[in-house]
Amino acid sequence: MNHSLQDIRQQAAISAKVFIQRDYTNGTVCQFQTKFPSELENRIDKQQFEETVRTLNNLYAEAEKLGGSSYLEGCLACLTAYTIFLCMETHYEKVLKKIAKFIQEQNDKIYAPRGLLLTDPIERGLRVVSFTKTLNSH
Amino acid sequence: MHLGLDEPVRECQYNQICTRNSSPMETLSHKKKRTPRRKWQIFPGRNRFYCNGRVMMARQTGVFYLTLVLIMVTSGLFFAFDCPFLASNLTPAIPVIGGVLFLFVLGMLLRASFSDPGVLPRATPDEAADLERQMDAANGSSGPGYRPPPRIREVVINGQTVKLKYCFTCKIFRPPRASHCSLCDNCVERFDHHCPWVGNCVGKRNYRFFYLFILSLSFLTIFIFAFVITHVILRSNRSGFLNALKDSPARYPLTGREVVVCFFSVWSIVGLSGFHTYLISSNQTTNEDIKGSWSTKRAKNNYNPYSYGNVLTNCCAALCGPLHPSLIDRRGFIQPDTPQPLSHSNGSGLYPSTQNHTHMCDQEHCIQSTKFVLQAAATPLLHSDPVMMGRAGPPPSGKTSLGGPCSSLAPSQPSLPSSMPGLGCAGDMLTLRDPDAHCHHHHFVSPEEMPSPLGPSSLVLPFAAHGGHLNPAQLYDPASQDSLHEDSVRGLVKLSSV
Repeated sequence: MNHSLQDIRQQAAISAKVFIQRDYTNGTVCQFQTKFPSELENRIDKQQFEETVRTLNNLYAEAEKLGGSSYLEGCLACLTAYTIFLCMETHYEKVLKKIAKFIQEQNDKIYAPRGLLLTDPIERGLRVVSFTKTLNSH
Repeated sequence: MHLGLDEPVRECQYNQICTRNSSPMETLSHKKKRTPRRKWQIFPGRNRFYCNGRVMMARQTGVFYLTLVLIMVTSGLFFAFDCPFLASNLTPAIPVIGGVLFLFVLGMLLRASFSDPGVLPRATPDEAADLERQMDAANGSSGPGYRPPPRIREVVINGQTVKLKYCFTCKIFRPPRASHCSLCDNCVERFDHHCPWVGNCVGKRNYRFFYLFILSLSFLTIFIFAFVITHVILRSNRSGFLNALKDSPARYPLTGREVVVCFFSVWSIVGLSGFHTYLISSNQTTNEDIKGSWSTKRAKNNYNPYSYGNVLTNCCAALCGPLHPSLIDRRGFIQPDTPQPLSHSNGSGLYPSTQNHTHMCDQEHCIQSTKFVLQAAATPLLHSDPVMMGRAGPPPSGKTSLGGPCSSLAPSQPSLPSSMPGLGCAGDMLTLRDPDAHCHHHHFVSPEEMPSPLGPSSLVLPFAAHGGHLNPAQLYDPASQDSLHEDSVRGLVKLSSV
């Protein structure tokens, strides 16, 4: 599966891309717009797209959540002069790994069979979620 | 007529040289495979990187070293001259507490200076093109009522209308609270200010370190100031005030100077800490406070949409909130197939972008196809300027005579469309030069000059990128005018930037 995804990635370099921009209505939290772009109309259905973007939004919200656990982590880090992050990773990084796994899964199950490739927003500086239309489409 | 004769000759020359060139290029790419480059080496902003990308600072770091020296010298003098007396006469806890404070101050200073403040990576060419398309579409459609100019987007956050501006350098719409630092030439998230004392911007990722630095530094300066005064007082109690001061120059030569430094530091640093405590409690940035973005003087119902309502939550969010990861991945390796961001900065980012494209063009078939297309594009140009290309004569002299304008072509970014004969020579020179130079040439047209997809040339070009055999005759139009020349050049540039 990974091998075929790599092939798709190489071919995808020159194909059309659809960008989903950030949604700032809730402030500076990382959220993406759930509005269905017209370019994907004949490739995937609206519900599928919205579900993917909503799940991504929820995952990012979980990463940036302010709560007891994040405060605890922050205070502990401050007390150890932030050296604790040499041993363990931050909560945000853990969620980013979860997101990467989710995107891989979505690509394998849903988007690759339909000739689309979903790129992880962290590779684009959390600016956009990009769908790449691969050449071997149907 | 004589051009037709020349073409096959040139083709032969081209083929020969191509095979000659391929071996050095292979060894070049082989060498490059052994030493892969990291992304910080082609970073488009005006930052400095140390320790193989682990440390990131602004360009001007002189004042940062001054800060370090001031802190270390003052603390050093304190530990050397005052602590022995105080430890023996009062309590040994004083040097211990002083030591802990000093180490904390240094730690926070280094952390604030060396970390990524929250730089937003620049847009990839695809994203920039997509945004430009959207803005052009918005420009075209006219409707009744107030419509903000396309370079500004309005968002409603918590009931307040916030304007998102388009950054011309980074080719993105800046998120709310982000700002472009002109010193570092980067967009920084939650931009507070550029601090020369710290030698870096203060933004989302290092604001808490900066705040803890100034807070702990104010405690340290007050601590040192207080105990130096205590030292002088205790001494004067024993031997009189004037004697104490007389002793100072002799035995403790710099106590007076310490006091002076501390006195001024105390006021400025404590004042700054107080100011930032106010900013944190109201969840504003220095930038917003200076501009008065959320003050009621601007509008009666103006309020800060980012504030959580109460002081405690604001403080906790700023200081103990989640630590965001760096978005620029400075120690990652450059992948040849991923799109690299545009670097249209004030000229300092120009050369890094060429190295960037050197990597992208390392793949042989990319270069082959680019050569084909450039030569094809050059062919109509040669028709208009037979003097330069006419000679079937001695190739070496031909090479050198054409070398001149080509080397001057390199730095002149916007002049490419006008210097058509230059490109004509480039078309030929490219066959003779080493592959990396091709990429230098055709990337030099500024991204701003890339128009939307053009006529026939752009349709043929994407196929050329596959390394497919391109018949130059397809592009060559005997009735070509200058516009087609320019179009084909621009089309090539668009191809190269994908």
